[in-house]
Amino acid sequence: MSDSGSCHGAAPQTGNRKAGHYVALVGPPNAGKSTLFNRLTGLRQKVANFPGVTVEHHVGRVKDAAGRDLFVIDLPGIYSLTPRSEDEQVTHDVLTGAKPSLGLPDGVILILDSTNLQRHLVLAAPVLALGLPTLVVLNMADDLATRGGKVDPAALAREIGAPVALISAATGEGVERVVQFLHGTGARPVAPQPRVELPVLPNLPARRRWAGKVGLQAGYTAPAPPEWTRRLDALFLHPVCGPLVFLLVVLAVFQGIFTGAQPLMDGVEALVAWSGEQIGHLLPVGMLRSLLVEGVWGGVGSVVVFLPQILLLFLFLGILEDSGYLARAAVIADRTMSRVGLQGKAFIPLLSAYACAVPAIMATRTIEDKRDRLATVLIAPFMTCSARLPVYTLLIAAFVPNTPLLGQFLGLQAAVLLGLYLLGFAAAVGTALLLRSSVLRHAKTTFVMELPAYRRPSLRSLLLRLIDRAVVFLQRAGTVILLVSVLLWVLAHLPYKDGKAPPIEESIAGQIGRAVEPAIQPLGFNWKIGIGLITSLAAREVIVGTLGTIYGIENAEQDSPPLIESLRKDLTPGGAFALMIFFAFAMQCFSTVAIVRRELGSWIWPAAQFVYMGGLAYLGALAANQIWLRVR
Amino acid sequence: MQLSFKNGVVQTLAQLPAGAQAYLQRLDLPEEISQRLMELGFLPGAAVVAAGSAPGGDPRIFRVDGSEIALRRDTASHLYISSQPLPESDQL
Repeated sequence: MSDSGSCHGAAPQTGNRKAGHYVALVGPPNAGKSTLFNRLTGLRQKVANFPGVTVEHHVGRVKDAAGRDLFVIDLPGIYSLTPRSEDEQVTHDVLTGAKPSLGLPDGVILILDSTNLQRHLVLAAPVLALGLPTLVVLNMADDLATRGGKVDPAALAREIGAPVALISAATGEGVERVVQFLHGTGARPVAPQPRVELPVLPNLPARRRWAGKVGLQAGYTAPAPPEWTRRLDALFLHPVCGPLVFLLVVLAVFQGIFTGAQPLMDGVEALVAWSGEQIGHLLPVGMLRSLLVEGVWGGVGSVVVFLPQILLLFLFLGILEDSGYLARAAVIADRTMSRVGLQGKAFIPLLSAYACAVPAIMATRTIEDKRDRLATVLIAPFMTCSARLPVYTLLIAAFVPNTPLLGQFLGLQAAVLLGLYLLGFAAAVGTALLLRSSVLRHAKTTFVMELPAYRRPSLRSLLLRLIDRAVVFLQRAGTVILLVSVLLWVLAHLPYKDGKAPPIEESIAGQIGRAVEPAIQPLGFNWKIGIGLITSLAAREVIVGTLGTIYGIENAEQDSPPLIESLRKDLTPGGAFALMIFFAFAMQCFSTVAIVRRELGSWIWPAAQFVYMGGLAYLGALAANQIWLRVR
Repeated sequence: MQLSFKNGVVQTLAQLPAGAQAYLQRLDLPEEISQRLMELGFLPGAAVVAAGSAPGGDPRIFRVDGSEIALRRDTASHLYISSQPLPESDQL
């Protein structure tokens, strides 16, 4: 990119139409759009949102024949051009040039699944009728061939009056035809080729008949049914084996993201601590060093620690999704989910929420129905995310004796932890039922799920997506969390006295802690816990660090382990249980608030959610402490 | 529940036994969901084969227009079927 000047470096949606030519990649879901996109653009891509809507898409850069930049926009998967959902509206607007910042695309790549050509060709009619230079890509050529199907691309091209390429995006076979098309697009002025003589196609049945006829003319032979898929489904959807496999998969994912991620997380934690020390050595003792090492590095580091776990979660989900099992998991889960007014597609986001609510809420995008998606987003933060674990483990270690309950199998500590997981789950179910009987009363859930043939996931695709997720996560850690960390540091270290930070109780944070003390005293919390509650608004586990700092300052010169001992002296068992319950319910996480706002496109829902979860947390903690006070 | 009777036999997709084939007659569902189903191949006149189901029997899986689609029984009970293909003129 020698000419990465002011205009070329930017993606086209940033405004300047002249910045580069662009080609829109469209197609139905499951046609292999993302696989082709990844093949074409590799790492030269980024995620973007269209202004004003939450529809996420990728923009990738390739070179045209003249060496100029050409942008490829991966549009959301659609079944028709009739704008009904937000996804379809965006695709419709881009293809008709209704997005003023983009203008008309210089070309369109329409990708269809060749193993189900006639149904997919239905989308070709409205796309071709736009009159833009269009390449029709028939994907999954390898599948088509192995299953005995065939099609004559040249004959199809004659029928529809547009170039046709038969490719396999997964193996790379035939992709050079797409590259050739891209090379031609940038050089070609935007002059719509003669409009194809398409019959007037007023409705779906007519379009489907047209697609059938065109397919016939193109010598299309539908492939044999996917043998392996049928065999695997006989097992995976078997009345007895199906649920067993399902359970095994869920347990494996769980085990993987908790046990498997632990060494990696420890590694990242050590790395953050070590690098923080190295930075510390470079700076003179003082305010700046404290701000950088404790505020910035410590704050951001406490979130970056979760990166391995989140990436591992996405790796598992990616494998399940690309192989086709995820669709079956949703079908199996649907019956249970429908009892609480949710649907099968909500299962995966809710499972992900046990690692972190942020990727979980992003994963709700697969739920087309807006109300179903809303309900899922609103209950996801109740799932016991891994940021709650450090808080739980600290309090349990301090207050729960490890008495064996069921011999070797279950100790009291593990039972309490399990109880907290169940508590969060129960709150989610209760909230779902509450939503269904109030705000979402009139919404009827439906569940429609296409079951794609099983496929071997492509490593390349998986890795590109992981890199993508890591970048998104680190950007968030680098912005919101960074700001909050700096703010908290300032609150805990000001006002300066004699050139030094004041004792914590005299800092602004300490004063705030004392100010809220009367409100939290009935819960059994003192002002120190109050500071922790405030700092943990940024992220739940921050309270552990905050309490460590507060008690560390108090008991300076003492040997560790000070935190557990100090907590035992400072907090009653009632207060400790109240604190656990508070963390089970409260939405103590800025990242989650921010992502809910982004995904639902309004502040109203995250605000209501924050108040509701906070209220529940307060009442739950109050009840726990008051009951303890009366029965002890 | 609203039922359509043909020769005294209930005729919706929900009742189609596994392995059997029928032809879709009409979709008695709100616009939004029936459009979506039609895009997936559930068009009047289309041949539908009942395949398996999730463990527990709901949702059920149907083969239509070259793909497999899972639908809840409740949704399937609003898709009316007949054992004969529709006459050509009725398909629109």
